[in-house]
Amino acid sequence: MPTVYRLESVRQSYGGRTVLDLDRLEVRAGEILGVVGPSGSGKSTLLRLLNFLEHPTEGRLFFHGQAADGERTSLALRRQVTSVFQHPVLQRASVRANVSYGLRLRGIREDAQVRGLLERVGLAELSHSPARQLSGGEKQRVALARALVIRPRVLLLDEPTANLDPYNVGLIEQIVRDENRENGTTVVLVTHNVFQAHRLAHRTGLLLNGRLVELSDTASFFGSPADPRTAAFISGEMVY
Amino acid sequence: MNDSLYAGLLDIVLLSLRVTGTALAICTAVGVPIGAVLGLSRIRARRLVTALLYTGMGLPPVVVGLFVYLLLSRSGPLGFLGWLFTPRAMILAQAIIAFPLVAGLTMAAVQSVDPAFRQQVRALGATRLQEIWALLREARLGVVAAIVAAFGSIISEVGAVMLVGGNIAGKTRVLTTAIVLNTRQGEFIPAIILGVLLLLLAFLANVALLRLQGRN
Repeated sequence: MPTVYRLESVRQSYGGRTVLDLDRLEVRAGEILGVVGPSGSGKSTLLRLLNFLEHPTEGRLFFHGQAADGERTSLALRRQVTSVFQHPVLQRASVRANVSYGLRLRGIREDAQVRGLLERVGLAELSHSPARQLSGGEKQRVALARALVIRPRVLLLDEPTANLDPYNVGLIEQIVRDENRENGTTVVLVTHNVFQAHRLAHRTGLLLNGRLVELSDTASFFGSPADPRTAAFISGEMVY
Repeated sequence: MNDSLYAGLLDIVLLSLRVTGTALAICTAVGVPIGAVLGLSRIRARRLVTALLYTGMGLPPVVVGLFVYLLLSRSGPLGFLGWLFTPRAMILAQAIIAFPLVAGLTMAAVQSVDPAFRQQVRALGATRLQEIWALLREARLGVVAAIVAAFGSIISEVGAVMLVGGNIAGKTRVLTTAIVLNTRQGEFIPAIILGVLLLLLAFLANVALLRLQGRN
C-alpha cells in the first residue's frame, strides 16, 4: 500500500513545551488510521501538522513523497487534505452555502454535487436554513458534507462525534466508512473514544504525552496489545 | 435670516458628503486591508503598530490639520500640488483622521474572530487572500462599525477642515465650518438648522449600521 504521509523525527513544541514527539509515522493510502489517547496527548496537534496548518518545530513531514512546509505548503498539496474539527466552525450562512464553500474556493460551481452530499448526510430539507441555528449533530454533518464535497484524498477527523447522540454518531461513522470504501479516501481519525476507533479503523495507534506508544492493525491493537499502557488505556484502567 | 445660506445649503450638504464620503472611501480601501493583515499577522512589531494605531485614534484633528497645512502650503513638500484651500486638502485631512479608526477597529474585529475559524478556512483550501476575505466577512459587523465610527468622526470634524479648507463660501464650506461661521455671526437659527442636518446625517449612518446588524 503506498504511503500518503511520512513523518520523520517530528517534534512540535509550544513555548518550550513539547506536545508531540514522533520518531516515525506512516499513513497508508486508502486506510482509516485511528489515533487514540487521552486529552492533551498531542492528537489534535498531529492533525494540524497533517493538514499543513502548522510547521513542525523539528523533523520532516512528507506528503506523497514531497516535503511539506506547514502553512507554506503548495496550494495543490494543501487542497488534497481537509479536516473536520470537534466543534464545527460554520460560516454565518445557509447550510447549502456552507457545504459548497470549499468548491467556491476552488472556483467550482457544482450544484448536483452539493445536493448529493446534502442528501447523503440527511440535510437536504434544511439546505436553506441558517447553519448556525442547527443542532450539534446537524452542524457536524454540515461540516462533514463540506469536507467531502471537495473530494479530498485525505480526510482528517478530530473527535468528530464527541458529545453527539447515538443516531448522529452512527450516521457519521457510516458516512466515513462509505467514503473510505467507495472513494478510497484516506482517513485519519483522532479520538479518545476507543470503541469508535475499534469500529472504524484499519490500524490504530496510542498517543501518550505526545509519543506513539503502539501502532498496529486494529484487531491486534485491541485483541493483544503489545504495550501494557495500551492494555490499560483500552480497558479504561489508565488514570491520566 | 441669512438668505444666501439657504441658497447655498444644498451645496454645503453635498460638499460635506462628497468630502467625507471620498475620505471614507479612501481610508476604507486602505485601512480595512491593512487592519485585516495586522489582525492576522504574528509579526513582533504588531504591538508597536497597534499602539501607534490606537494613539492615532486619539489624534486631535486640529493637529492633523496643521500637519496637512504644512505639507500642502506653498513652501511645503507637497505645495506644488496646489491643494491647499481646496476640497482635496480637506479629503486628505479627513482620511488621515479616519485611517487609524478604520484600521485599528478592523484589526480588533478580525482578532476577535474564533482562531478555529481561520484554521477551518485554511483546512478547506483557502489561499491567503481567500482567508483574509473570509475573515473580513466573518468580522463584518465590526468592520462596518469601524467605518461608521470613522464617518461619525470626520463628518463632525471642524478643526482640520477649517485649517486646510479655509471655509470659503461655495468652494470649501461644509456643515461644520458653516455652523462655526453662523454662530460667530450671531446667526443662531441657520446654525441650528445646519446642526440638525449634521445630526440627521450621523443618525442615518447609524440606521444603516443597525439595518446591517439586523440582517445578520
